[in-house]
Amino acid sequence: MLQRIRFLPFLPLYVAIYFLFLYLPILLLPVFSFNDAATTTFPLAGFTTKWYASLWGNSVLLQAARNSLVVGVCVSLLSTILGICAARAITRYRFRGQRAAGGLIMAPLFLPEIIVAVSLLMIALQFGLQLSLVTVILGQVVFCIPYSMSVLVSGFEGFDRSLEEASYDLGETAFGTFRRVTLPVVAPAIVSSLLVTFTISLDEFILAFFLSGTEPTLPVYIWGQLRFAAKLPGVLALGSLMILASVVLLTVAEVLRRRAERRTQAALAH
Amino acid sequence: MSDRPMISIENVSRYYGVYKALDDVSLQIGEGEFFSLLGPSGCGKTTLLRSIAGFDVPTSGEIRIDGVASTLLPANRRPTNMVFQNYAIFPHLDVGENVAYGLKRLRLDAAEERRRVADALDQVRLTGLDRRKANELSGGQRQRVALARALVMRPKVLLLDEPLSALDKKLREQMQVELRSLQQAVGITFILVTHDQYEALALSDRIAVMFGGCIAQVATPKEIYQHPRTRKVADFLGGMNFLRARLLADRKGDVSVDAAKFGTVNLAKPVGFTTSDGHVTVGIRPERLRLLWDDEKAPHELTGRVENRAYFGEVTHLTIGVDGLEQPLSMVETNDYGADDLPVGAEIRLAYDPDAFVLLADDEMGLRAR
Amino acid sequence: MSTAAIASSPEKPAPAKGIRWLHGEEARGLAMISPTLLYALALLLVPVLLVIAYSFWTQNYLEIDRTFTFENYRLALTEPIYRDLFVRSLWISMLTSAITVVFSYPIAWYISFHGGPHKNLWLFLVTIPCWTSYLLRVMSWKVILGYGGVLNTGLMAAGVIDQPITSLLYNANAVVITLVHSWAAFAILPIYVSLQKIDRSLIEAARDLGDGAVRSFLRVTLPLSMPGVISAFLIVMIPTVGDYVTPKLVGGKDGVMIATAIQAQFGKSANWPLGAALSVTTMVLVSLAAAAVVLSLRFAVRRLR
Repeated sequence: MLQRIRFLPFLPLYVAIYFLFLYLPILLLPVFSFNDAATTTFPLAGFTTKWYASLWGNSVLLQAARNSLVVGVCVSLLSTILGICAARAITRYRFRGQRAAGGLIMAPLFLPEIIVAVSLLMIALQFGLQLSLVTVILGQVVFCIPYSMSVLVSGFEGFDRSLEEASYDLGETAFGTFRRVTLPVVAPAIVSSLLVTFTISLDEFILAFFLSGTEPTLPVYIWGQLRFAAKLPGVLALGSLMILASVVLLTVAEVLRRRAERRTQAALAH
Repeated sequence: MSDRPMISIENVSRYYGVYKALDDVSLQIGEGEFFSLLGPSGCGKTTLLRSIAGFDVPTSGEIRIDGVASTLLPANRRPTNMVFQNYAIFPHLDVGENVAYGLKRLRLDAAEERRRVADALDQVRLTGLDRRKANELSGGQRQRVALARALVMRPKVLLLDEPLSALDKKLREQMQVELRSLQQAVGITFILVTHDQYEALALSDRIAVMFGGCIAQVATPKEIYQHPRTRKVADFLGGMNFLRARLLADRKGDVSVDAAKFGTVNLAKPVGFTTSDGHVTVGIRPERLRLLWDDEKAPHELTGRVENRAYFGEVTHLTIGVDGLEQPLSMVETNDYGADDLPVGAEIRLAYDPDAFVLLADDEMGLRAR
Repeated sequence: MSTAAIASSPEKPAPAKGIRWLHGEEARGLAMISPTLLYALALLLVPVLLVIAYSFWTQNYLEIDRTFTFENYRLALTEPIYRDLFVRSLWISMLTSAITVVFSYPIAWYISFHGGPHKNLWLFLVTIPCWTSYLLRVMSWKVILGYGGVLNTGLMAAGVIDQPITSLLYNANAVVITLVHSWAAFAILPIYVSLQKIDRSLIEAARDLGDGAVRSFLRVTLPLSMPGVISAFLIVMIPTVGDYVTPKLVGGKDGVMIATAIQAQFGKSANWPLGAALSVTTMVLVSLAAAAVVLSLRFAVRRLR
């Protein structure tokens, strides 16, 4: 190996502690969601699933979940479509203003989210838009495009331009080429982008908080519940379910992304 | 070449900003011809090929394919097909689906489509491999799939963009032979882009040598090797001993020069050749110099001494210093008589044929193929 | 120079553009990016410009007075409460990014140099916690650090302490801990990418030229990974300045940051121009701070060589 450094034996230990720090908070929620007590104290009181059962009867929560689902689906579709356009323009063509355009599209990554939220709130009210799930969707798409783009750009970059040229060369039209070559080859990256943006939308709070008006999404609903200590176990159960959903979606997205990578690499010679 | 050229390139230029990738190129390629575009990287040969294929639009000029003005015609409506440098095998399709890709648009009936795919695979000796996945193919097989996929479309012109450069030496030589016989079997125009002069010489009916976006010379392999028009073409096509020679007589069709130790040499003069200061460059290929052994005599001979020796198996490359010549001469000698045993410093005699000299333009500025 | 040449044909006239341009990359690229670009212009650039415009206007009860004024900025920069909030927000965000970068660098280094064939898996494991709901993670820290929370009750049950520690939650430290946890992956990824780009033979060359492991790290690896460190720093620092959830949930009175004040202007107090001025000031201050950090990090690295 390259570097055998004296402090190296301590490094795996450090890595382990770091991972514990990373995972402890998200593992605690499920642990306490099964705890038969209204407070989050050690030692644990006993096993119960009653907090999960209590979720089902809660119509406000179910409405919030439906809202989140609608927003998530719309946001992931819209931001992935817009992400495809931008990612393709960035990876496939060279044109003046490319860097500036890319920079603007990626800017939400480098802005305090509260400022994005405030500015969207102002523009919505300025133009007389009623705050609703529609405004949440419009806002979250701005925020999700950069993530969608990073996933798609890495998927498209491995995509060999000559595959499309080969298709044109064999008589296929631009649309036919997109349908028969581009789409099948980059499909995993697109699905991966859909999943990632759906997950972000599902978990996003600030924009939804500012823009949702009277129709809460799940995080906004949770925020409202946090004031009441008695509601905590229910929130923990709900949170555990959301974490589980996120982890599953992201794992699928990652598997697909890697399959896409392998596939585009296989297309090249050598 | 038939009366009407298959490909006609008329004054084509391509600029990228101020950079000239192609500078007023004109060229005609006949039906059934195996034509090579040869040059170093960045000489414009790939840009020219891509303009013919329809992937690049010239800034000015006209391209005709089989008499049809095609400059702005999109690639999918041209009767040309291309074998890409990295083969561009569709990774989500198997071999059969790759070859049938273009046929799908012709809406043939299923049996006819199957027959044409099978024929194309036979042609490139991939019979029965149609269910193979793209990532299960070797480099040589990928190249054959790319060939079959293009040929199955029955193009008027097949374009090959450095198709052999990704293969190792042995496979490359084998594929060269196959490519040549394939072209003779199908009888259509092949246009090959390559930077490998031996590949171009071995395969082509004619070669265009390109430098800096311009065509320096178009000729048959033999003509271009034996009578390069410029110093640069001569240099790119293999070893050449260059000499500065004083002009003695400048007649209509030929010149006489004083080639230092080689004496007075008469040379044919290319059309348009001019000189200003009374000196010209002449060249002679290393293999046209021959060692003289023992008391062997030759009408024209020189003496010199071995300065360097490199053993290449069947031949030996020698560098010979000759008094009165600025540059040492390089020569190639078979090892039949023991050239490989000559010690450095050995005094030798060599024979040359004055007719083997060529007159070379120093300068490619403004060179045009005629 | 040239003495012999073959006569050339005269130069052709300059080429015409027009229709050929439409076939070119430039037109197609612009067409392709335009839907996304227009969206970003309409819902990012225009809103931000509106915020800037508002920051120069005045709220008159329910009306907006559109006479140009610096009053909001005067207020934002001189009111002690806002000044304190700016200073604290910048301080917390810089501290957070410094800690995040320092603690994440070894992880990125470990994955890059010792990750073996499963580097992608490592990276995936690092990013998973970051993708789960931000709100839930902050809530979880509240559960951990609270008076009757996991840490206190756990330590008491283990007999380490008799009394719950009160200084864990509702202060700036709690905010920093929570933010460091939230942004860990965002720091690891850019550093990892820049470490991956380093040609390994450069490090071998440094060793070959007599540097020890530590010196070759300081003189080759660290300087070459600096772009990653800088972008990690910025990618953590800029968003955390405006964080709303964390200070609200775990910050208490000592951990309040500027976002709370901004939010208040759009809620109860309903003074949009002041809220806009606070937002713009936040952006300007964080940009200045970012520039200062970039310059000082570059300077520090130059000193190392």
